[in-house]
Amino acid sequence: MALQTQTKTETLVRVENLRMLYPVATGVFARARSFIHAVDDVSFEINRGEIFGLIGESGCGKTTTGKLLVRLIDPTSGHIYLRITQDPSTDSQGEQFVDIATLEGRALKEFRRNAQMIFQDPYESLNPRMTIFDIVSEPLSIHGIGSVYEREERVAELLSLVGLTPPESFLFRYPHELSGGQRQRVAIARAMILNPSFIVADEPTSMLDVSIRTGVMNLMLDLREEFGISYLYITHDLAVARYMCDRIAVMYLGKIVELGPTEEVIQNPLHPYTRALISAVPIPDPTVERQPIEIKGGVSKPIDPPPRCRFYERCPIATERCAQSDHPPLEDKGHGHFVACYEI
Amino acid sequence: MAPLTTYPVLQVENLTMHYTTRKGAVKAVEDVSFSLDKGEALGLVGESGCGKTSVALTLLRLLPENAQFLGGHVYFFRDGSDEAHARRAVGKPVKILLDGQEHQGRLVEVDRSQLVLDARLNGRTQQIKLGRDDIARLGVDLTALSDEEMRPIRWKGISMIFQAAMNSLNPVYKVGDQIIEAMQTHMPIPIPEARERVAQLFQLVGLDRQLMDRYPHEYSGGMKQRAVIAMALACDPDIIIADEPTTALDVIVQDKILREMRQIQKKLNMSMIYISHDIAVIAEVADKVGVMYAGGLVEFGPSEAIFKSPIHPYTKALMSAFPSIKGEKVKLAALPGEPPDLIKPPSGCRFHPRCPYATEICEREVPKFIEHKPKQYAACWNPLM
Repeated sequence: MALQTQTKTETLVRVENLRMLYPVATGVFARARSFIHAVDDVSFEINRGEIFGLIGESGCGKTTTGKLLVRLIDPTSGHIYLRITQDPSTDSQGEQFVDIATLEGRALKEFRRNAQMIFQDPYESLNPRMTIFDIVSEPLSIHGIGSVYEREERVAELLSLVGLTPPESFLFRYPHELSGGQRQRVAIARAMILNPSFIVADEPTSMLDVSIRTGVMNLMLDLREEFGISYLYITHDLAVARYMCDRIAVMYLGKIVELGPTEEVIQNPLHPYTRALISAVPIPDPTVERQPIEIKGGVSKPIDPPPRCRFYERCPIATERCAQSDHPPLEDKGHGHFVACYEI
Repeated sequence: MAPLTTYPVLQVENLTMHYTTRKGAVKAVEDVSFSLDKGEALGLVGESGCGKTSVALTLLRLLPENAQFLGGHVYFFRDGSDEAHARRAVGKPVKILLDGQEHQGRLVEVDRSQLVLDARLNGRTQQIKLGRDDIARLGVDLTALSDEEMRPIRWKGISMIFQAAMNSLNPVYKVGDQIIEAMQTHMPIPIPEARERVAQLFQLVGLDRQLMDRYPHEYSGGMKQRAVIAMALACDPDIIIADEPTTALDVIVQDKILREMRQIQKKLNMSMIYISHDIAVIAEVADKVGVMYAGGLVEFGPSEAIFKSPIHPYTKALMSAFPSIKGEKVKLAALPGEPPDLIKPPSGCRFHPRCPYATEICEREVPKFIEHKPKQYAACWNPLM
């Protein structure tokens, strides 16, 4: 199941038929009869050093996908393959794909050295009782790496890397003494300290102010340049996605409806949902007149969705075929631009 | 009477307000001046904590107890023929627009045909009498009103949509009834008429009239936001202040509501102050833009001029830090440093520690807010011209 045209680039993460169903609580003792299809049969690949964006409105399943990819939650079904160095002493030849969806115990802990997460809200994601040193060095102590002295060296190194300089002035401060932008830099340092190959960033800049946000985005781009890290970049903001991502996937009610190179998808959207979404993005130029594409209704919850296109009810171009058939598969329309629609 | 193309509805002059805290005074609003014309949409943009919401709260005098109003004037204008407005202005500082000229003074008395005004003319205070019909606009200084006198201004004169207002709907009352209650507090209107008015408002904001008799939990986020907009329009205000009304909403819903608000505002020829941190949203809704930084208004002028050629370095920085889905993809320029602590703001121009164009004078003296290009004002020693 190769979703992507083969190039010289190396696949780092391969997601196959990933599914996450949440039971809808009906009562304390009752068995759940309905399920929210938060992530429903999602497949994609992320290359080494690539920033892959997951775009969509709230409730589309993008955060759930992100959490699944670092195994913060266990999937209902499906596979997540990550290229992991089994033995740190071997080179990239010694790497192999491991299905992280089924990892347990030591192997799961080992996997966590390779994949880290940055959360949306830096006011919630840092323990207020820990110093910056404790927060950033915690992964080292969990994995038993280095002496206290070495850890301090490494933390200082990471803090200057993320632009918190001089590091000594930050080491023993607490999160409440830091601004939002500085806190998010601490969260990035913590995610980076184990040299992961893959980071899931869930709306890392949406809580930050414009003048601060750009600095954090540029930092993440620089880290990719320097260390070849791959990101899954989750955002609702298409302008941010355009700035950050090499390729993007647009999600709607648990399904990927469109996937392709960022510029291609944004300038030439094919799926009717993506078209409406992109036409609704405000442009910071008062002389531009947009032509918004109207779609009916609002986003519902994917509770036991009927077996047809998830966008059917709101779709302006839906036909009889869309009503009769299952949710359309992603099809390549050329240049690695995939769309899940019967009518395109 | 000279025909005027634009009428002011609001003139804010040198507004200053601090919050008292245990750590010291937070200098939240410092010497802010701007004006708003009839039918005009003003976008107030800036980052969190820059004072944009505080400006709105100061205008409406909805400040918390630790707020200290330190000075400034807020002239709220209506037609000179508006009886209630003229009555409320008696004994208060007023501004009068007469034959295209602005006169300032204190209103002494008013009767059916004329106003008596104490005004300074030719260097000395004298009493002048003006025919009511000659007066285009009569502005009363809201800062001189008592709380009691201020009450009728809110909702009917200036109404406000608060940030996250959609979460402030009372869950145990039907949405329609909540709007009727707000309406009846401000104008004597019988229930059937009020219901009819709510139905019209619902239609105006794109809600089905059946929804009047539903509870807030039956509404989606976008529907609640529409209901809150309907509520703000209930008393037919001259000015509506919208504080980040679409921030919590998804892109498609945000866009729909934004366009609807703009349409309503144009259709009713209402004036609007739209507060947002998002310059793209401001570009869409605003005729004029005010950019705030660290409690001060740093730039003010027509939207197109400001977006095309900003004068203040902060405005420029804000724009070059903002990604867009249109146009060429460029590396965004990050602004060094962080917004200052408003308890101890930097001396001189508050932006100088982060400003790439700062010179020695910027640190020493507060720049004056002056007109650098036609109608484009900025407070900067080294304006980008």
